[in-house]
Amino acid sequence: MNIVACVKRVPVTTLQPKVAADGKSIDPTGVEFMISFYDEIAVEEAIRTKEKVGGEVTVLTIGPSAAAKEVRECLAKGADKGIILTDENSNVRDCHATARALADKVKELGAELVFTGKVATDRDNAAVGPMVAAMLGWACVTDATEVEVDGGKATVKREAEGGVEVYTCDLPAVITCQKDLNEPRYAGLKGIMAAKKKPLEEVPCPDVPNQAEVVGLELPPPRPEGRIVGSGADAVPALVDALRNEAKVL
Amino acid sequence: MSAIVVYVEHQESGIKRASLEALGAARTVSDNVVPVLSGAGASEAAAALGGAPVVLTGDAFSPDGLAADLAAVVKENDAKAFLASATSTGKDVAPRVAAMLDSTVFTDCTGIRADGDAYAIVRPWLAGKMIATLRCTAPVLCATLRRNVFEPADVPGGGAPAERPASAGKTVMSALEAKEGGKLDVGEAPVVVSGGRGLKEADNFGIVEELAAAFGNAAVGASRAVVDAGWRPHAEQVGQTGKTVAPQLYVAVGISGAIQHLAGMKTSKVIVAINKDADAPIFKVADYGIVGDAFEVVPALTEAVKKVRAEG
Repeated sequence: MNIVACVKRVPVTTLQPKVAADGKSIDPTGVEFMISFYDEIAVEEAIRTKEKVGGEVTVLTIGPSAAAKEVRECLAKGADKGIILTDENSNVRDCHATARALADKVKELGAELVFTGKVATDRDNAAVGPMVAAMLGWACVTDATEVEVDGGKATVKREAEGGVEVYTCDLPAVITCQKDLNEPRYAGLKGIMAAKKKPLEEVPCPDVPNQAEVVGLELPPPRPEGRIVGSGADAVPALVDALRNEAKVL
Repeated sequence: MSAIVVYVEHQESGIKRASLEALGAARTVSDNVVPVLSGAGASEAAAALGGAPVVLTGDAFSPDGLAADLAAVVKENDAKAFLASATSTGKDVAPRVAAMLDSTVFTDCTGIRADGDAYAIVRPWLAGKMIATLRCTAPVLCATLRRNVFEPADVPGGGAPAERPASAGKTVMSALEAKEGGKLDVGEAPVVVSGGRGLKEADNFGIVEELAAAFGNAAVGASRAVVDAGWRPHAEQVGQTGKTVAPQLYVAVGISGAIQHLAGMKTSKVIVAINKDADAPIFKVADYGIVGDAFEVVPALTEAVKKVRAEG
């Protein structure tokens, strides 16, 4: 099966961000990057599916050439090839421009199944996966916690507010991955060596006009100073009194 | 005035509060709001809304089928905006609607207003570590709205729903394994009681569950550390790689307050922290703190909350 895992290079989740001098972007000084947490789960699911049904896994990303480091990590885990749609300013792309470029590439690659994370942990859009599917006219299940692919069909469990929803669909499909789906593997030394020889292609990302322009970026206002009401169980009456009469939430 | 289409969700007790908030937000931008409902009981729920809501009839649920119908209603009404609440269904469907309308999407928005011919949108980045203001120039503004942010709309009643059959889709829900009766999702509960590594082991989460039960309207949350340790399911995780929550009251028990956790709960209205370590970062965002052993403080708090609620 021809499987594509779409990934995004994002700042590490430990980042304490600062606003850049332009007032509308993240100050890049000292920012370290990683593959978005949920995209690692998508890569793992793509590799597991390949191991079960055979085929090939392509890791696809939009980003600067520097994203080669993160894509190589996916190849070291067992993906077969990488493609970077290069855009040094990929961080200003909106969801539509991102999804449009990915959808066109996915179609060109002749993919049957696309995995991606349920959300990228920088912009928190949680949108590109279902948008790619809608643009291609494909089936799509988001927030998957269990995936079974069998004979051109997929059965997918989705974590929702009311409980677990079970979906069935024919392939091709896009599936976005939730944390409970799997435990991503670590790359072994053998994998890391093999990854150096795997194909990693860089092609310029097509321009798609943005429909969202960032006009301002701020840090949230700090919370007003709180107070320690006391220590140990003796402080409980004072806490309950504060919640009732001051904060009025009890 | 140009129309705004709003996807409205309902349950047995009526229109979901989250959807009333979306309707409220829509009315701040336009008087011409077209609600769309789907699923069993939609017509009854729609009648409570007033106006002329659209009701999609049919038993099977398909997110892409629903998205196609919503996009069609947007086009028929020549609407300039489509809104839904950032519920699990809203988050799933809105990006598809946007793509079908050749538009981008703004998710989990905390602010929305008309800005000349365009719209100005406010939404968090990096799980709330930053707040971005964006200008939307898409053909149609498509957005989901964060809960507990917008004022819910009144429901005047007397609506005259127009029914139409729901479209079939390629993705079909074949079963729903409902949650244990009455269990609230951490993302929608008005009170969240979360536990962390300070509870020492999985079995000790009982004191957190009991405190949540005492509040009556609370969900149990968890830090990443205890989810990774397998004590609690990921569905309960609060933080940058879990859920972002903003309840009326957030109680953190034995959670030190890693930056990723704080990002996920810092916009809660009132924060209470119970921790042994007086220097724990959680106390920096807490409105009220108790320094002490969770195993002494939490059961005492549970009893006190029960007593207060029994007295009404």
